[in-house]
Amino acid sequence: MKILKDLYYTKDHEWLRVEGDEAYIGLTDYAQDSLGDIVYVELPEVDDEFNKEDAFSAVESVKAASDVYMPVDGRIVEVNESLLDEPNLLNEDPYKNWIVKIEIADKSQLEELMTSDEYEQYLEEV
Amino acid sequence: MYPYIQNTPDDVKKMLEAIGIDSVDYLFSDIPENVRLNRELDLKPSMSEMEIERYMTDLSKKNMTINNLTCFLGAGAYDHYIPSVVKHITSRSEFYTSYTPYQAEISQGTLQYIFEYQTLICNLTGMDVANASLYDGGTAIAEAAFMSANITRRNQILVSKTVNPQYRQVLKTYGHLHNFEIIEVGEEDGVTNLDELKKLVTDKTASVIVQSPNFFGIIEDLKAIEEIVHNQKKTLLITSVDPISLGILKTPGSLGVDIVVGEGQSLGISLQYGGPYLGFIAVNKAHMRKLPGRLVGQTVDINGERAFVLTLQAREQHIRREKATSNICSNQGVNTLAAAVYLVALGKKGLREVAIRTTQNSHYAYREMIKSGKYKPLFHKPFFKEFAVTSNIEPDAINKKLLDENILGGYALGKDYPQYKNGILYAVTEKRTKAEIDKLISVLEGII
Repeated sequence: MKILKDLYYTKDHEWLRVEGDEAYIGLTDYAQDSLGDIVYVELPEVDDEFNKEDAFSAVESVKAASDVYMPVDGRIVEVNESLLDEPNLLNEDPYKNWIVKIEIADKSQLEELMTSDEYEQYLEEV
Repeated sequence: MYPYIQNTPDDVKKMLEAIGIDSVDYLFSDIPENVRLNRELDLKPSMSEMEIERYMTDLSKKNMTINNLTCFLGAGAYDHYIPSVVKHITSRSEFYTSYTPYQAEISQGTLQYIFEYQTLICNLTGMDVANASLYDGGTAIAEAAFMSANITRRNQILVSKTVNPQYRQVLKTYGHLHNFEIIEVGEEDGVTNLDELKKLVTDKTASVIVQSPNFFGIIEDLKAIEEIVHNQKKTLLITSVDPISLGILKTPGSLGVDIVVGEGQSLGISLQYGGPYLGFIAVNKAHMRKLPGRLVGQTVDINGERAFVLTLQAREQHIRREKATSNICSNQGVNTLAAAVYLVALGKKGLREVAIRTTQNSHYAYREMIKSGKYKPLFHKPFFKEFAVTSNIEPDAINKKLLDENILGGYALGKDYPQYKNGILYAVTEKRTKAEIDKLISVLEGII
């Protein structure tokens, strides 16, 4: 299972790539592989605000549906609209194809997330 | 013939022994003493089959139905004509016994008629997607409100006071545990007060619910309402419609309505003492993944032949669990079929004829009723098949006089709208003849 360095990870298998006060959020390789062929991605709207662990998106595969949760508090600044027409981009390259870009409300919350090493270890346990 | 007895005293004794208690009464000990009957039911110990059949037949003759009364009552349930083909097709055992499909794809016949029903509802309402049906008009409104809250992530619902009072009651019941803030929008001359609506719609409003033709039978200005509602970026417009009226009125889809719902009883389903009825719901493609309930889609099988499947099931609770769009996992099976057969039997032209004749009849009755001045119109707005009048006599007294003449009178508005204490709402469908309407008028004229 592919895990990229320099990203933060959550127990719900989201990744977060920080750029200044903003961050991209997506699904990990493990998540897309578990879901199987993704047929639909529900996106939030720009300016929607969410708290950490709120569901901000939902990903639907042929026989399952799963919510995507906020790793930290934040406001949506951009959504990846290409996923509406091509949801399978999440299967093809889950790290290149982010779901949303957010403005992080409180950067200290990043410390509560897992590093790539920690996530790798976490995957061995699940 | 030996009479049918569910449990002999010996059976009862054995069962009580098996579960270790000494009386049947003990099983009811959780029910508070003050709400119990505390006596035996007033039933004779035993009757022969022949006796019981005669007894029940005599008892049933006390019921008054629209077969022996001339019906001018509406207010949500209507006496439209049901072509006999509806009864013949719905009572076929292949259809009659089939419940909502659980082993779905093995029931191709059931899926096909549901798909056809969905297609007909889409054509009727001018929307993209309709589900396999909901319980009734009231729950359809509540489900639409859930949808709007889900889509907008807001919990304030505005509902016009011209929406059927029972539907508003259902909405309150359903909304209670969802923490809905339900605000009723006032009514003026029988229609939604647009100035009040304008003030109430804010960026907190999930949806606005109106009905057209509304509870008073009046056609609401949907175009104006749509403009007010969509002035707010996310707020959705939910409209409950009378499907028969769509034979002549513009489709809600063409007027920009986001969620169309309604009661489908008028579509070939008899009045059956208030239910079961049929709720329909239709939306545009953008919102289809938020639809509640079953949805049938058309596809091709392994041989390339047309086939039907349950689709977009990730919305539903067997996959999505507590995150499902709704807890409904059923549909109104045989009533859905009745509606589909009714619409196909009538066709576009037939439905238009029913709607036109209904309008002509109701307007004839209205003109005749207000002619002498004894009964005054309550409102002065365009209406479809129902209209309200008032007089200085109590509705109960009027309806009793009408019943003496085998006429089922109108709906007394005072219970739901205290300001219209003596108001009566009459419904006149295509079934009413001129002679029946003339008789209604002559009895009414004789009362005052």
